[in-house]
Amino acid sequence: MKIRRGWKWFILPMVAALLVATFLLVGCSSGSLGTITENGSTTVQPLAEKLAGAFKAKNPDVNVVIQGGGSAVGIKSVNDGTVDIGAASRELTAADPTLVKHLLARDGIAIIVHPSNPVTGLTKEQIIGIFAGNISNWSQVGGQNKSIDVVAREEGSGTRTAFQDLVMGKALIKSDAILQNSNGFLKTAVSSDSQAIGFISMGLVDSSVKALAINGVAATEENAKNGTYPVVRPLYFLTKTQPTGIVKDFIDFCTGPDGQKIVAEEGYITVE
Amino acid sequence: MPKMSAKSTQTLAKIFIWGSGFITVLILFLIIGYVLARGLPQLSLSFLFSAPQGGTSGEGGISTAIVSTIYIVMLTIAILIIPGIGAAIYLSEYAKDNWLTRIIRYGVDTLAGVPSIVFGLFGFVIFVTALQFRFSILSGALTLVCLLLPTLIRTSEEAIKAVPRSHREAALALGSTKWQAIWHVVLPAAMPGIATGIILCIGRIVGETACLYVTMGGSSAMPTSLLSGGRTLSLHLFYLATETNAMSKAMATAAVVIIVILVINTIINWLTHRFQARMYGGA
Amino acid sequence: MSRYFIDRNAKYLVLVCASTSFIILAAIAIFILKEALPAFQHVGFIHLLFGTTWRPTMGGFGILPMIVGSLAVTLGAMILAIPLGLGCAVLLAEVAPHRIRQFLRPAVEILVGIPSVVYGLVGMLLIVPLIREIGGTGYSVAAGALVLTAMVLPTIISISEDSIRAVPRRYKEGALALGATHWQTIWHVLIPAARSGITAGIILGMGRAIGEAMAMIMVTGNAVQIPNSPLDPTRTLAGGIAVEINYASGLHENALFAIGVVLFILILAINSIAILAIRRGRHAQDVC
Repeated sequence: MKIRRGWKWFILPMVAALLVATFLLVGCSSGSLGTITENGSTTVQPLAEKLAGAFKAKNPDVNVVIQGGGSAVGIKSVNDGTVDIGAASRELTAADPTLVKHLLARDGIAIIVHPSNPVTGLTKEQIIGIFAGNISNWSQVGGQNKSIDVVAREEGSGTRTAFQDLVMGKALIKSDAILQNSNGFLKTAVSSDSQAIGFISMGLVDSSVKALAINGVAATEENAKNGTYPVVRPLYFLTKTQPTGIVKDFIDFCTGPDGQKIVAEEGYITVE
Repeated sequence: MPKMSAKSTQTLAKIFIWGSGFITVLILFLIIGYVLARGLPQLSLSFLFSAPQGGTSGEGGISTAIVSTIYIVMLTIAILIIPGIGAAIYLSEYAKDNWLTRIIRYGVDTLAGVPSIVFGLFGFVIFVTALQFRFSILSGALTLVCLLLPTLIRTSEEAIKAVPRSHREAALALGSTKWQAIWHVVLPAAMPGIATGIILCIGRIVGETACLYVTMGGSSAMPTSLLSGGRTLSLHLFYLATETNAMSKAMATAAVVIIVILVINTIINWLTHRFQARMYGGA
Repeated sequence: MSRYFIDRNAKYLVLVCASTSFIILAAIAIFILKEALPAFQHVGFIHLLFGTTWRPTMGGFGILPMIVGSLAVTLGAMILAIPLGLGCAVLLAEVAPHRIRQFLRPAVEILVGIPSVVYGLVGMLLIVPLIREIGGTGYSVAAGALVLTAMVLPTIISISEDSIRAVPRRYKEGALALGATHWQTIWHVLIPAARSGITAGIILGMGRAIGEAMAMIMVTGNAVQIPNSPLDPTRTLAGGIAVEINYASGLHENALFAIGVVLFILILAINSIAILAIRRGRHAQDVC
């Protein structure tokens, strides 16, 4: 009987070819001037990726790596020295380590409902009541006679912490609220449920949801910018010390006119 | 109620049985159909070959995810082969029925049941943090190796056991040592089965999310080295659905993943048929 | 290097390879326990396992609701998947003509390969709105159970089918010779004969269900509460880890590892039972 070695000799060249092809592809984009690493807030992540792409287009020798992980991870990593830049979507508190803050943009947090919901605005007290579970029917706030489905972000999310601090204050979000672990999933939850209410980054609002006015102030970029809209949080790039070299270049780019143009395009509020 | 006749019980039972099969196939078609229906329209060559641009609208394509996936698949398989096939050789050729073998088998069988997220935690503690590999393709690959070891061991052991005794006996009769018989005769004969196992592992890598979510970081950039972070296709799909407005792009990525899985399954089935034909057709 | 040298030492090399699985298993146990220890120490065993409030930012680390959540979705999935899976297995093993089998078996195998994110996504976009029509928000135990059913079904089907096929022919022939109908043979003879393998398959599926993370965080609603009805949202143990692992630090992180320990022990227990069931079954069948 023939003892065939055919398989070994088939797989090996294929693997080698694949290896070569991949290294060729990968070798094309190398950062010979250096690499900037960033991680942190998932709200900031898409914006940071856009900024990184634009920066790389102008500086092809620099590699910028954007990762996620959440505001808490960003703060911790940049403090530990694991990354160059940590992104946070909330104000730093006394519990956080001291870091250098670079304001990237401001982001309103929009209270969103399903587009078919007749309610167009709520007072802050009503919002607190709804999210804390005291108000449980839309009819109690001028809507239809349906129960309110509360959707929130998970504990530890920068967006949730900002919402907690800026809106809820001492009141706690009710324990049986639906929790989604990202802006995107929260938006999906609200856009498919006519009885839902939730909160997402204002930059992510589109026609699939409706943003409510708070205390009569509409949730627009204008109002967030001029300070009349009450729920606005900062988006920070954090560094351990004053940045130098390519990190400084990148941050200057982001806070400068080119970067701010992208900030505006993405739906966030620019900083002066 | 009068007792049903055996015949009518049988008819009812058969209806239920056929119904179960029908429902199973329905589930399959529903999932694949939905994903392909929403995702295929978005697919194009530029989608496959351009990099993701980031941003809240999720522009760009999935080229970096494809490269990261290929990278991690190759790294994982390269590391996995020796311990995996080695263990299979031990279990089928050398192991005696003693306490040592029982411990080893217990290890393999139990490891197979550990959930992916626990592997993720483990990889995070050891590879990302303790060994300082950080969020990288390397950390992800090493975690995957731990996850997939039992799978490769099981399929390889079956493949090796399926080689007829006559092969080994013929080699030994010709004067070879035990290892020579294994290396030059048994292994090559078992190669199709082992290849099937390897391809099965590739399929699982492409689809794996939970353990890579915690060990690879979420970077959508093109990986430049083994220590860069990255996203596999499944992870990219998750991030698209999570962070951006581009659900259709997420679906398109899902479509790509499903097509890859279908291709892999077809290859496995073809290999298995050839393997069986050779085994039962040959000496 | 003489071939005798290689031969003598090859034995030890492959032994080392074979031990890696056990070493990894032990390492997982040790390291996860190590990271979880601070949580057990500071929060206390009782509060952790039996507390009902999970608010990590305020010091609440009770995981009982998540334990109940995991059990609830798994139970729901098993109730649906066992009859469906057995039915389909019987179909494949006994009833279906060869052509149908050639089509059905690969279909089942494809279901195994579909990634959990895809299951979760389809669940989120198709199943959740459907359940919303019945009541509640749609994100619910029921949604989780349905998605898990789809994920666990192929495992139960393939292992059960193999077990039924492995039953010696003389059992079936004996029953038929005595005048039993096909179905009577299947129900009274074949399935009981294959029961150890079927049980093993079911337990394996159950283990997979409890360990599933990504799909569950997309469809169960992640609310940490003990569900009062299948339409209530809940959070599973594995989902609980995945949802917060990226944000957690300090004691919160330790608490998540503690959940990992609980999950690990649960799976260990389930798998040990499965292994025992397979071994017992093998002995029982050898006797006949």
